[in-house]
Amino acid sequence: MHYVSPTTTDEAVRILSSAPGACRIVAGGTDLLVQMRSGMPEADTLLDIKRIGGLREIARDDGGWRIGAAVSGAELGEHAELVGEWPGVVEAVNLIGSTQIQGRATMAGNLCNASPAADSVPALVAANAVVRVVGPEGVRDVPVLDIPAGPGKTTLKRGEFVSSIYLPAKTGQSGDAYLRFIPRTEMDIAVVGCAVWLAFDAAGTCTEARVALGAVGPKVILAEEAARALVGTRIDEPALDALVAACSAAARPIADKRGTVAFRTHVAGVLARRAALIAKNRAGGAA
Amino acid sequence: MALDSKTEARKFKIVGTRPLRPDGIDKVTGRARFGADMSAPGMLVGLILRSPHPHARIRSIDTTRAESMEGVHAVVTRADFPAFVEDEALADVLDNCMAGEKALYDGHAVAAVAATSGAVARAALKLIEVEYELLAHVTDVDEAMRPDAPALHEDRADETVPAGMSDNVMARHEFGHGDIDAGFAKADRVLERGYRTEATHQGYIEPHACLATFGSDGQADLWCCTQGHYMVRNTCAAILGMEQGRLRVTASEIGGGFGGKTTVFLEPVALMLSKKAGRPVKMVMGRAEVFRATGPTASSSIDVRIGMAKDGRITAGFAELRYQGGAYPGSPVDMGSMSAFAPYDLEHVKTVGWDVVTNRPKQAAYRAPGAPMAAFAVESAIDELARELGLDPLEVRLKNAAREGTRASYGPTFPAIGLEATLRKAKDHPHWSAPLGPNQGRGVACGFWFNFGGDTCVSLNITPDGTVTVSEGNPDIGGSRASMSMMAAEELGIPYEKVRTIIADTGALGQNDVTDGSRVTFAVGLATIEAARAAKREMCKRAARIWEIEEDAVVWEDGAARPAGPNAGKHPPMSLAEIAAVATNTGGPIAGHCEVNAEGAGVSFATHMVDTEVDPETGAVKILRYTVFQDAGKAVHPAYVEGQFQGGAVQGIGWALNEEYIYGEDGRLQNAGFLDYRIPVASDLPMIDTVILEIPNPGHPYGVRGVGETSIVPPLAAVANAVSHAAGVRLTHLPISPPRLLAAIGAK
Amino acid sequence: MSRIHVTTTINGEAAEFLCDAGETLLDVLRDRLGLTGSKEGCGTGDCGACSVVLDGRLVCACLVLGAEAEGRTVGTIEGMTTGEALHPLQRKFLEHAALQCGICTPGFLVAAKALLERTPDPTEEEARYWLAGNLCRCTGYDKIIRAVLDAAAEMREAH
Repeated sequence: MHYVSPTTTDEAVRILSSAPGACRIVAGGTDLLVQMRSGMPEADTLLDIKRIGGLREIARDDGGWRIGAAVSGAELGEHAELVGEWPGVVEAVNLIGSTQIQGRATMAGNLCNASPAADSVPALVAANAVVRVVGPEGVRDVPVLDIPAGPGKTTLKRGEFVSSIYLPAKTGQSGDAYLRFIPRTEMDIAVVGCAVWLAFDAAGTCTEARVALGAVGPKVILAEEAARALVGTRIDEPALDALVAACSAAARPIADKRGTVAFRTHVAGVLARRAALIAKNRAGGAA
Repeated sequence: MALDSKTEARKFKIVGTRPLRPDGIDKVTGRARFGADMSAPGMLVGLILRSPHPHARIRSIDTTRAESMEGVHAVVTRADFPAFVEDEALADVLDNCMAGEKALYDGHAVAAVAATSGAVARAALKLIEVEYELLAHVTDVDEAMRPDAPALHEDRADETVPAGMSDNVMARHEFGHGDIDAGFAKADRVLERGYRTEATHQGYIEPHACLATFGSDGQADLWCCTQGHYMVRNTCAAILGMEQGRLRVTASEIGGGFGGKTTVFLEPVALMLSKKAGRPVKMVMGRAEVFRATGPTASSSIDVRIGMAKDGRITAGFAELRYQGGAYPGSPVDMGSMSAFAPYDLEHVKTVGWDVVTNRPKQAAYRAPGAPMAAFAVESAIDELARELGLDPLEVRLKNAAREGTRASYGPTFPAIGLEATLRKAKDHPHWSAPLGPNQGRGVACGFWFNFGGDTCVSLNITPDGTVTVSEGNPDIGGSRASMSMMAAEELGIPYEKVRTIIADTGALGQNDVTDGSRVTFAVGLATIEAARAAKREMCKRAARIWEIEEDAVVWEDGAARPAGPNAGKHPPMSLAEIAAVATNTGGPIAGHCEVNAEGAGVSFATHMVDTEVDPETGAVKILRYTVFQDAGKAVHPAYVEGQFQGGAVQGIGWALNEEYIYGEDGRLQNAGFLDYRIPVASDLPMIDTVILEIPNPGHPYGVRGVGETSIVPPLAAVANAVSHAAGVRLTHLPISPPRLLAAIGAK
Repeated sequence: MSRIHVTTTINGEAAEFLCDAGETLLDVLRDRLGLTGSKEGCGTGDCGACSVVLDGRLVCACLVLGAEAEGRTVGTIEGMTTGEALHPLQRKFLEHAALQCGICTPGFLVAAKALLERTPDPTEEEARYWLAGNLCRCTGYDKIIRAVLDAAAEMREAH
């Protein structure tokens, strides 16, 4: 096994495409080292991206935010401006693991680990975030929704890795929120996760909505029916009831050690209602 | 040893205060050496190969490829151990440490290697080829009792088991007195209900670890984290077929045990690897190994029937308890059956317990083993009956509470006990009358534990400059060295700082029982006091020699020898330090020691009160407030007594709400890690309030009772009762995980 | 398999070591540098017993590669005491009997110190959530939280 820590993306791409055997990216390492310990995928090369220029930066970009792939959850949480604009996304990242995990874990890593229960992914999908992928054939921008392919699998090609994630410019009266259900108050993997992003017009009517569900399918679910239930409403009770029903209907959970099908299906709706109300509040436009 | 004074409360100078613990600095600076913190020159790393199958016959094990790998110095299988161990229980321990004919659970050890590094050892494990013949498995206690269930053993049931039952039923236990049918006939209301609890793990943060050095002269040394290094010595010696005196075991600092370190897992294997390799071998378990292959507690299935009169008097109690204790006989169902109704003064009571084996790891003790599940069932039923009859649950318990002179449901007659005092204190406490909000509920429950004494040795040595060292043989699991120093200082009349207590290795003292049964502060304390008294007698003798008066004309008071009465002559008192300074001229070094099988441990009772809030939409439960009322006899170091109350309560909360062993259809453990075996974290909890009651134990000179175990007995039921009231539905299956609670609310 | 040479700073002192690519910082600290104060309770970042500070961030040493320490600064429990003087947290842990077995104590102390450096006046809830990644099985957390809050109060007064 080898450890390399290149300082440029070009060098990283070269190593990633040419290194013999399996090459694994080390960003926060909080999933990778656990997998290595359990002896799962034997890596031949460990490629640490934290010394690549720019990858630990949070920068303004075209009104939005470009977040380097090696930025830790703690760094996101301490960025007041970012928190002000995308509280739901940052909350979702900050829910991952403990304070110690936050010191290391990255949003990009959470995405590329491709766990169906990843906390940040529904929030990123609801936020319509875009992933910048670098690879032997150059740079491409991909919607977050298109990265996970199934449990533990992504659509990244050989030699590619995520260099940053872009959160679009916050529009007028909009707000996002993420809630997850866990049995304890901390330290658990989401049994169900739900993110809601809402935009309102000046009259307080919802003009756009994105609802995403986590841990209720093999990968994140963009619940379009649920979003439709909200658009054109003032997020009143009938709209919320329709949202709940649509989310429960969209959920395709399995039963496992963390929860039953019935539980996950029900709680998906419960969380959606609660998250929608928080997002509405944050948007500030709707009374 | 009887209580010094039954008539007046003794005035203590040191006992009852809160000095700093002697091992404190080491533990806050990282210097303390735990099981995995020791190394030796030339040390090898030992690792274990474990069965991935819950039940399989081991057809063959081929270790040749692993043995020939560079860096591998020894490979061990069952064939390396003696073919026959006479004692059946010890033979089971060996079979659990290294599988013989069959692998009996997912994680069962089948081979081990010692190599120059962990990486080499891991690679070597992959080269060991085991041929398994897969067998049908069973992990559920009720399924295992079916006559057609896959059998783990043949003809192991003892004579108490009726013919025709499953081979997995190992023993039947029965306790009680009176005529329960007559009792039920007198009841105004009879409740019958079934309860289930899932297996839980002690969850100590320190994985098992040891360092073994086996010399070519047949002498061996072992360093390990254990609750009883004398037990380790005796067990390993028996398993390895060596004399106990040739194995010296040193107990490391121990990172939690709660009963889980009262047996051996790695130690015999490490010794055998070291013997074969001719080098020291260190073995440290990973967390997954701890969950898969150490000793969780039993899961249970319990049927309770209780009859109650309108006024709350229990007219009869019956419980049938079925515990699976993993792959070998010995679940704590006997203790559960004995303790189920122990808090109550019942005319008609009967319990029947069934010990059942399943394809799970062999259970080990877990804090009051067997009692929490039994208390969960009985205390839930009492709560439900009290509700139905419109009675105050504390009043119902007071009405039926066992007192001095009560014939216990398991046989003996209680001496002075503290149950009633805890109930009265609970009733008067502001917690009991505090208002509750919506979706909130309050629960109470009582708990009992026997406590234990047992074999104990203490040597107390006076140094030439008048300081005191106490050597005892029980690993300090929660501050007991401080308590021993306090009792020695109290007895000798010297400052606490003058006494230092150490845990001696197995070469230094006689036999000591394990740190279990809440025995240490009681039994080792008793032996420490007796050793101090022996030293005082000797010091009085030395003073008498110096003063040239009769020995019985000298008394020990306030840390000094003094002439007893005017006839003894006018001699200024001689302090301990003064006597010590001249000891060499008055007969040589001064020491006191005590070797005893301590009796009179004194049973212990507690009442717990808890408020919970339920989220009816998700089934999430929040603990809002918690108060422990427990009798400590005499709290030697109240801070550590409170710590025992709090720690036990929180382990019980975990058991009640989220902790459970989850097995898949394939018989494999699905949650072998702290991620999905969910012990409570700091943000799950409020402060845990404690009320210490002191009803002196008549069997200890200072009145001390063990406090470590009772605190985990009531919380399962207390939490379940509180959640049941908050949710408006009775919860009978632990843990009350959110999916289970939400399903119960939905089925209302 | 050649080893990696790492030059780093541990508890304020220059340190260097050789390690394998897959070796964790925790293994390096414990097995190569003799700093056994950081404990391994799980090896998966779930218990916090191996808490250390890496470039000012609280992390689990079991989830950091030894090789990543190159050029960085590492703070462990062994660096918490200056000379003979205990850190106020260490003293308060002793005074409040905030440890029973003591295996989780180094991790709690390192984590609590990081908390108080950021939040000198934490609420009970803030302390509980910050420390949620540090498991203790003995105490039920009560005395640990009290010790942390008491140390915070004392440290604020000293300023």
